[in-house]
Amino acid sequence: MARTREQLAERAALELQDGFYVNLGIGIPTLVANYIPDGMEVTLQSENGMLGMGPFPYDDEVDADLINAGKQTITEIPESSYFSSSDSFAMIRGGHINLSILGAMEVAENGDIANWMIPGKLVKGMGGAMDLVAGVKRVVVVMDHANKHGQSKVLKDCTLPLTGTGVVSRIITDLCVFDVKPEGKGLELIELADGVTLEEVASKTEAGYTVAAGLKS
Amino acid sequence: MRKIFPDANAALAGLTFDGMTVMSGGFGLCGIPEKLIAGLRDSGVKGITVISNNAGVDGFGLGQLLETKQIAKMISSYVGENKEFERQYLAGELQLEFNPQGTLAERIRAGGAGIPAFFTATGVGTLVAEGKEVREFDGRDYVMETGLVADLAIVKAWKADERGNLVFRKTARNFNPMMATAGKVTVVEVEEIVPVGSIDPDHIHTPGIYVDRIVQTVSEKRIEQRTIRQRETA
Repeated sequence: MARTREQLAERAALELQDGFYVNLGIGIPTLVANYIPDGMEVTLQSENGMLGMGPFPYDDEVDADLINAGKQTITEIPESSYFSSSDSFAMIRGGHINLSILGAMEVAENGDIANWMIPGKLVKGMGGAMDLVAGVKRVVVVMDHANKHGQSKVLKDCTLPLTGTGVVSRIITDLCVFDVKPEGKGLELIELADGVTLEEVASKTEAGYTVAAGLKS
Repeated sequence: MRKIFPDANAALAGLTFDGMTVMSGGFGLCGIPEKLIAGLRDSGVKGITVISNNAGVDGFGLGQLLETKQIAKMISSYVGENKEFERQYLAGELQLEFNPQGTLAERIRAGGAGIPAFFTATGVGTLVAEGKEVREFDGRDYVMETGLVADLAIVKAWKADERGNLVFRKTARNFNPMMATAGKVTVVEVEEIVPVGSIDPDHIHTPGIYVDRIVQTVSEKRIEQRTIRQRETA
């Protein structure tokens, strides 16, 4: 059984570690915040200028001056801090953020990622995605294994314009988890979602990959 | 008190000319200089290059200057929320330069700090790096990006004192502090002007040296994505 959006977010939350500063992308990555284990100290960064993001506000707490990078209203928590966009991207570019969890349109077996532009369609812009993939220590992609036409999004080479080259460390899909081995050594299949077989992953993956020792259907 | 102007139009008087470059603060609609944008519209200035992270929404924020076709070019990181922008861009009426958000922020910071260019790993190997110098430092490739300055920066802050020392509020800070440093002239729209000495000098975010003109306004502060949670009923 392929993972649901919530199950994908729950699996991605296993990437969190105590003490981490984390930037979550828009979409499924945002849901990861709902699965931070109790007692684990994880600080969420919002690239528009905030560390320590709180939950969505109650109706009477909404503040136009307090939004996340998806432009949704949010709240502050006791450890929150605010800063400018240049300070925010100094944190990101300077390698101070431990983990970024992002969505993607395509990921290649060398860790290339494409998630901002489809030629011929209206381009909205890359926002902070290029800075995040270039600057954050560890980039984990969470996405559906295939696009809406059923084509693999895990590829030998990306076909869309890139967001970054060789930057992705791990790919979590609704079917499985791949590690991107360093120095262009390709992908390794390290987990299968419940009920998913090696054969199913093989039939739905365009990229080449090795299978971790001990991984069975 | 010579920095304080009675309204947005007065604060912009004599500063606008066709073909000028304007930096405009804000992220989405959060922390935008609403009344100064309306003042630019009223000035009738044309052919503006606008440097701003986003392009407002239809009829509000920078969207107002799109409707009147006063903008010739945008330098932004994300412009998804605006139908009129889309129409003008697809019709070839509007030029657009995308910058990664952090590169945009740093270009403005660098411009204001007198740094003509810098190297960043952001965008290496992508369309953003095309035609730009790439240089290796310690085994990693970096692309050269140039600093940005503007003829005019319009900025939103929460409070100013009479000498232009500024305090921003929450995530409405965003691009505003850097833009204040990178305008040949910087005009700031604030919610409150307080007497000198009433802001603790340790709590000032932007020193008044960067601020030329100040106007106190009442802003609408429109919310793009009002997202709330429900209280559990007892």
